[in-house]
Amino acid sequence: MTSETSTRPSPARPKVGLFVTCLVDLMRPAVGFAAARLLSNNGCDLAVPPEQTCCGQPAFNSGDRDDTRAIAEQVIATFEGFDYVVVPSGSCAAMMKVHYPELFAAGSNWRDRAEAFSAKVFELVSFLTDVLKIEALDARFEASATYHDSCSGLRELGIHDQPRKLLSGIDGLTMTEMKDPDICCGFGGTFCVKYSDISNAIVERKAANITASGADTVLAGDLGCLLNMAGKLKRDGSAVKARHVAEVLAGMADTPAIGEG
Amino acid sequence: MLITAPKFKENAAKALVDKSLQKALGNVERGFVAKRAKAAAALPEFDALRDAARDIKNHTLENLDLYLEAYEEKVTAAGGKVHWASTAEDARDAILDICTAANARTVTKGKSMITEEIGLNDHLEVNGIHPVETDLGEYIIQLRGETPSHIIAPAVHVNKEEIEADFRRVHTHLPKDRQITEPTALLSEARVVLRQEYFNADVGITGANFLIAETGSSIIVTNEGNGDLTQTLPRVHIVVASIEKVVPTLEDVSTILRVLARSATGQDMSVYTTLSTGPRRPEDPDGPDEYHVILLDNGRSSMLGTEFQDMLRCIRCGACMNHCPVYHAVGGHAYGSVYPGPMGAVLTPKLWGIDQSGHLPNASTFCGRCESVCPMHIPLPKMMRHWRERAFEAHQEPAAQRYGLKLWAFMAKRPKLYHLATGIAARVMSLLGGAKGRLSSLPLAGGWTKHRDLPAPETKTFLKQWAEGKR
Ligand code: SF4
Repeated sequence: MTSETSTRPSPARPKVGLFVTCLVDLMRPAVGFAAARLLSNNGCDLAVPPEQTCCGQPAFNSGDRDDTRAIAEQVIATFEGFDYVVVPSGSCAAMMKVHYPELFAAGSNWRDRAEAFSAKVFELVSFLTDVLKIEALDARFEASATYHDSCSGLRELGIHDQPRKLLSGIDGLTMTEMKDPDICCGFGGTFCVKYSDISNAIVERKAANITASGADTVLAGDLGCLLNMAGKLKRDGSAVKARHVAEVLAGMADTPAIGEG
Repeated sequence: MLITAPKFKENAAKALVDKSLQKALGNVERGFVAKRAKAAAALPEFDALRDAARDIKNHTLENLDLYLEAYEEKVTAAGGKVHWASTAEDARDAILDICTAANARTVTKGKSMITEEIGLNDHLEVNGIHPVETDLGEYIIQLRGETPSHIIAPAVHVNKEEIEADFRRVHTHLPKDRQITEPTALLSEARVVLRQEYFNADVGITGANFLIAETGSSIIVTNEGNGDLTQTLPRVHIVVASIEKVVPTLEDVSTILRVLARSATGQDMSVYTTLSTGPRRPEDPDGPDEYHVILLDNGRSSMLGTEFQDMLRCIRCGACMNHCPVYHAVGGHAYGSVYPGPMGAVLTPKLWGIDQSGHLPNASTFCGRCESVCPMHIPLPKMMRHWRERAFEAHQEPAAQRYGLKLWAFMAKRPKLYHLATGIAARVMSLLGGAKGRLSSLPLAGGWTKHRDLPAPETKTFLKQWAEGKR
């Protein structure tokens, strides 16, 4: 028996391409470093292709099919050689996993490539739990936090229990549920600037629910939502801090929170 | 039907500061969301029923011509008459002709969105016929000279204090000192007033939740029983329905009914489910002498075979708007269409043109909560996106917006250029953010900074720092 196990090659470290997302790249590099650490520390052969830009959502949701397709082709070509493509954002991951194939005509070469590619795409936290089968992470974060379910991650990728499970194992962290954690924060990409008054009414409610939860920190898996919620909380003078869940899971939450100096 | 959808933004701005509207909108969440969730959870096969309901409608839509012809045959065999109307105008004319032939002065009406769609009440009134809405919500908004703000709760935007004031204003024949502060008292007063109207009416007009090809019957579901009186007491009964209401069999209807009320109000079933098949037969104790069905197309057949076909599965349960954060914020009237909320954002551009209603499919965060509760599994965000595509292809959005998007896409396709630009942006924003780490205003970002601070980035982008070896 022992000879059989010893002669078997150890499972290769999966080759993982990290797609940091345009928002993380520009607005919150800390999330990228946290994602990179989580992946490297958990047995992945990590690479960050330098030619990455954006997943194309702004064009997609503005009805600009041609540009979306061109951007998707570029992302697929850059990342299709990896075993997995990991994204610290539910909405960008859903764009690549759910919507990329729909951009190409059935039966076309690009459709086949898009489908093969999309099968490899995972949102970061669900990749840790569902693919790497991680049950708990070794990190510490002194806080009481509440988790906001970002819409695309929740409804397009079914991300709900995974972050809660990993967060519940973090030393020093108490989790509490806010009212309506699954209701939109009002970000919606370009929606928040095109219909800013409506977006504001929605994020006002979200901020009120966060505050009412009594938590000192709000966590989420999408930077867009976090910028929106943090921006509202800060404008209102709230002391509640906002962070990406990856920062906490990676034990890298000692930096200033989102929107703090 | 005049729509104000082009003024969506102005409508929304008004709605957001309308205190009594905001108070009433609380009822949408309180009244519907938890009840639907409870009803869905209580029925283990709920999701299987949703799949079955979707499949029934898909099958029907694939064979729509067949089922419509079968339905017409059965209606005719039962002694009724089907009038095909391809436009709203055709439908109005057909209804007016029937009313005129019946010498009608008063028409009672059951709750019907389709008669709102064709603007029937105004048309009857200018032709000297008095329409009386018999559904309580519809009656209230008729008194107020308004349109429905919700497809199943037309007066959900009105508070009970406002209703009391309206009743006192209109029901001047009733004692001034009567007590009508409680909802039940308002309901009984409406009942008393309406009772006489049922007897006065020459024609009763109802919508239909379903038309059954197998039997030639139409079905309405109501909670007040007003529909029954509307269709049995007058001499003439007119059913107004759009073509996608047809389903093959009674069995099919019973499947869909099991998801309809649960999705709408959280009831297992609506209180009344009423079938009507043709005029009164000699052995019937009651019923109309004439039975007409107006089958309205109004653009629906042109949705078949397109990316909008799935929308024709809609059973008008209202769940999508009940769960919509935008609807919760601004209410139904802001949409400026007969159909508000997510389903309205898909249907309105079809009925009144995307040039008139471009805001509607755009004013969505694509949170997807509507699709997640739609009993018919209609991919509402996807169809709103299809409208955005049509608008984009027609160059409808403001030039600055298009230019901005095109410039961004140009860069996103050229990584070197893109990284140069993000590098500069990071430095500038970080500088402006200063020690506070956030910006309270930023040129060109007024839409954001009007209501929120903008968290400032670090001085260098992630990719730059990564390339420099930071880990
Ligand atoms: S789109 Fe779906 S949820 Fe909305 S009214 Fe129609 S059936 Fe109901």
